[in-house]
Amino acid sequence: MLTGLTIVSVSLVYLLILFAIAYYGDRRADEGRSVIASPYIYALSIAVYCTAWTFYGSVGRAASSGVSFLPIYLGPTLTFILGWFLIRKIIRISKLNRITSIADFIASRYGKSYYLGGLVTVIAVVGIMPYISLQLKAISTSFTVLLHYPSVAMPATLGSTPVFQDTALYVALIMAAFAILFGTRHIDASERHEGMVAAIAFESVVKLFAFLAVGVFVTYGVYNGFGDVFSRVAADPAFHRLFTLSAAGGYSGWISLTLLSMAAIVMLPRQFQVLVVENVDERHVKKAIWLFPLYLLLINLFVLPIAFGGLLQFPQRSVDADTFVLTVPMANHYQAIALFAFIGGLSAATGMIIVETIALATMVSNDLVMPFLLRHGRLHLSERKDLTGVVRAIRRGAIIFVILLGYAYVRLIGESYALVSIGLMSFVAAAQFFPSIIGGILWKGATRLGALAGLSAGFLVWIYTLLLPSFARSGWLSEHFLHDGPWDVTLLMPYALFGLDGLDPIAHALFWTLVFNVGLFVVVSLFTSQTMIERSQAVLFVDIFKRTSEGARIWRGRATIGDLRRLMGRFMGEGAAFQALRRFEREKGRRLDEAHAADADTVHYAERQLAGAIGAASARIMIASVLREEMHDIDEVMQILDEASQLVVYSRQLEEKSHQLEAATAELMAANERLKELDKMKDDFVSTVSHEFRTPLTSIRSFSEIVHDNPDLAVEQRKEFLNIIVQESERLTRLINDILDLAKMEAGKTEWQMLEIAPKQVIDNALAAMAGLLAKNPHIRFETHIAGDLPNVFVDADRLTQVLVNLISNAVKFCNRDNGLISITARPEGDSLRVDVSDNGIGIAKKDRRKVFERFQQAGDTLIDKPQGTGLGLPICLHIIERFGGQIWFESELGKGSTFSFRIPSARHPNRLRLDAKIEAV
Amino acid sequence: MVRRGLTSERLTGLFLFGLLLFLPPLIGVFDRPYLVGGIPLLYLYLFGAWAGLIAVLMLIVERPPSDADLDEGEQGMGADADFDQTRESRG
Repeated sequence: MLTGLTIVSVSLVYLLILFAIAYYGDRRADEGRSVIASPYIYALSIAVYCTAWTFYGSVGRAASSGVSFLPIYLGPTLTFILGWFLIRKIIRISKLNRITSIADFIASRYGKSYYLGGLVTVIAVVGIMPYISLQLKAISTSFTVLLHYPSVAMPATLGSTPVFQDTALYVALIMAAFAILFGTRHIDASERHEGMVAAIAFESVVKLFAFLAVGVFVTYGVYNGFGDVFSRVAADPAFHRLFTLSAAGGYSGWISLTLLSMAAIVMLPRQFQVLVVENVDERHVKKAIWLFPLYLLLINLFVLPIAFGGLLQFPQRSVDADTFVLTVPMANHYQAIALFAFIGGLSAATGMIIVETIALATMVSNDLVMPFLLRHGRLHLSERKDLTGVVRAIRRGAIIFVILLGYAYVRLIGESYALVSIGLMSFVAAAQFFPSIIGGILWKGATRLGALAGLSAGFLVWIYTLLLPSFARSGWLSEHFLHDGPWDVTLLMPYALFGLDGLDPIAHALFWTLVFNVGLFVVVSLFTSQTMIERSQAVLFVDIFKRTSEGARIWRGRATIGDLRRLMGRFMGEGAAFQALRRFEREKGRRLDEAHAADADTVHYAERQLAGAIGAASARIMIASVLREEMHDIDEVMQILDEASQLVVYSRQLEEKSHQLEAATAELMAANERLKELDKMKDDFVSTVSHEFRTPLTSIRSFSEIVHDNPDLAVEQRKEFLNIIVQESERLTRLINDILDLAKMEAGKTEWQMLEIAPKQVIDNALAAMAGLLAKNPHIRFETHIAGDLPNVFVDADRLTQVLVNLISNAVKFCNRDNGLISITARPEGDSLRVDVSDNGIGIAKKDRRKVFERFQQAGDTLIDKPQGTGLGLPICLHIIERFGGQIWFESELGKGSTFSFRIPSARHPNRLRLDAKIEAV
Repeated sequence: MVRRGLTSERLTGLFLFGLLLFLPPLIGVFDRPYLVGGIPLLYLYLFGAWAGLIAVLMLIVERPPSDADLDEGEQGMGADADFDQTRESRG
């Protein structure tokens, strides 16, 4: 029989088990053997999302509007699909920055802002309050309903129950005790509560099984399966509207609930607590992102059958649909199931209260009270006492304050609302954090002022469109302003702001709060600038996956390690501070000396440890005080930046130097190549010269020997041989002269008698010099075409003669043996003198053309024919003409003859002048 | 190293697909007062789509990495060195 005694004792036993699990979890954590280091426990702890609202409220909502309860669970499923990087990113950021709450997160992102942390805390406490009260209300109502067994009666309003007989009060007190015991045991940097998480995971299992038990019982015990329940409901036309959304309220509510719950699953303080702060290992996220949606699916599977079962069970509508989970088993006299259902509801509610309270209390102490006390000098540093006690007392006070505030809300306001409506108000409040957080981790440009403006505006609109109307409906305010707007301005009606009507209050509030919140957040961010620390935090948060270093270290301090240890000791306890520093030593593999100045690394570590105990904003203030405001010293920051930019300059110079070096190396290599080439040329030259010398020498020697060995040689013959010897000697002399000439020229040792002369005279001289040669070759016809207006040239006359003689003697050698014709043409061409020497000889084969101006290269086959010259004439000509600033070239057709031409700039030619200057410079 | 970029892209795609499934106008197609096998059509659709989404989600994140995945570099949300350890935790 379900008596009050049974119910109370079973409940107490259940709560005792909870305490025991939490105690066990904490003890194992102390021993370093965590019980919660598993992705399954992690996923179950996230299921603290399913509160009494899910347990009782979903059925209530389903009974009035069909599947419209579902978006609350579909939204988180969608968010979790993105959780792989979204939630992991938040976890990574929080771990590196020792972030302990959502207020800490936002404050830390926007330059460790004290005001922002405070604002977020206020929004969270005010916004979540209705939600906590909802849980208390659910426990109290379900207890009263169960107490009336076997009759199924609705409880009187809570307000009429004396406070000291109210179950909700006692539950609230027990929860406060739990939260204090397991939520404030450590004041350490990790801020994780393993015992609490273990208990929460256990509660998630209990509530899931309790709800499934009720579902199976209703569906298969009272009715014959899903089909039976649904078809019976379908038989009643009054219930037809429950089968479709469009009939049960339309899509605007559906969409807004989906979006709302997508944000809430991360932004609700308790969700942030279990998802991020209590996360043991980032890798657990992987499994949790599909396990948690699966949990949601299972716990919602029987909502509709239970709701429909209730509607069929109580056709007179005498029973509140929010209690169907209890009252359907009760009406069918399944006492055990009803009791199990009650315990399930209790677990759902207590789980939420515990985590939410601890999360809110951490925020209140770390982001509201501590910064306030520190700012206003109540805890002055000069008082060298242990502050761990103060921190702990503030936490405990905050827990009691939060729970009692929730209780007060339910006593005064909670009566006028269904469970779901109360919860949704809190969802909208939590959704206000969404722009600042998501904007903060994805957009570096988001500024502190933007976040402040967006959050404030969103919160104010939330108060106006949801909180004040809830007061009005509870009779605290005149309902007049709900229906006619304040001062009868209908445009300002809280449920139809600026004339936007046709939406349900939640969708309406969500729309306007986000319009103001996102709008101001973005616009203000775009038009304000960030401080140095904001900038560094923004980069740290947004690029968290890109960096391996821990945090931005842009300051140096004058504090010693000892200072830091004493500071940490004041907030964490001496022992914990000592251990934390030992841990740091071990991690970094270095020794810390108490008297030494703390470097940026150590200061940063200390700040993060402190942040765990008292929040990021407070930790920053404390560290700043120890560092004597060193890190605010903009000059030093600028100096560090200067040093950095100096480094950039150096590295750029280095780069330049290395480029120059590369260029020099390339030049050297080219020079080296050239040297090698020259060396090879010299070798070639020596061997060629030796060869050239040998030919005439051999012939001189052999003819001399013949003459010497044969004294009785005929005179005629002797004369012929001696003639050959003389000729060959002459050739040898010529060869040596030419070689010396060319070598001198190439070495730049030739003396040049450069004068401005008229070329006509030089040409005449050359022709005169050739007269002897021409006389020997009477078969050659000789033509000259010398123009009268030849320009003067600036040359060495002897050298120019040498060129002409060379060219003409070549022509003589190669022209037609029988009917030779040589023509010499001299004429002005442009600003130059041009001379052509043509013959009608054999011409030059194509394969030889390239070699004509090279040394010792002669036309024809030198092995068969007797060499006609030294092979140095044309190279010498080339040298001379180039020295005069002109060009030399030839045209030839095999069998028809060749024309050698050169051109020399006139004495007044600008090129000539420049060349002159160059020579003087040399 | 797991192809993080690709996992992230697949998940983003799945997320968009989820939005399509659960939001109007597609949901309107199933928003009719019929019973299919005794179950309301909308109820059947929502739970079916939900279960399907979770199954695909599970397949994406629990899928053993293939050789092709190992080749592809990190992209998207950035690199993390400890990522190759994720496989150890798979049960």
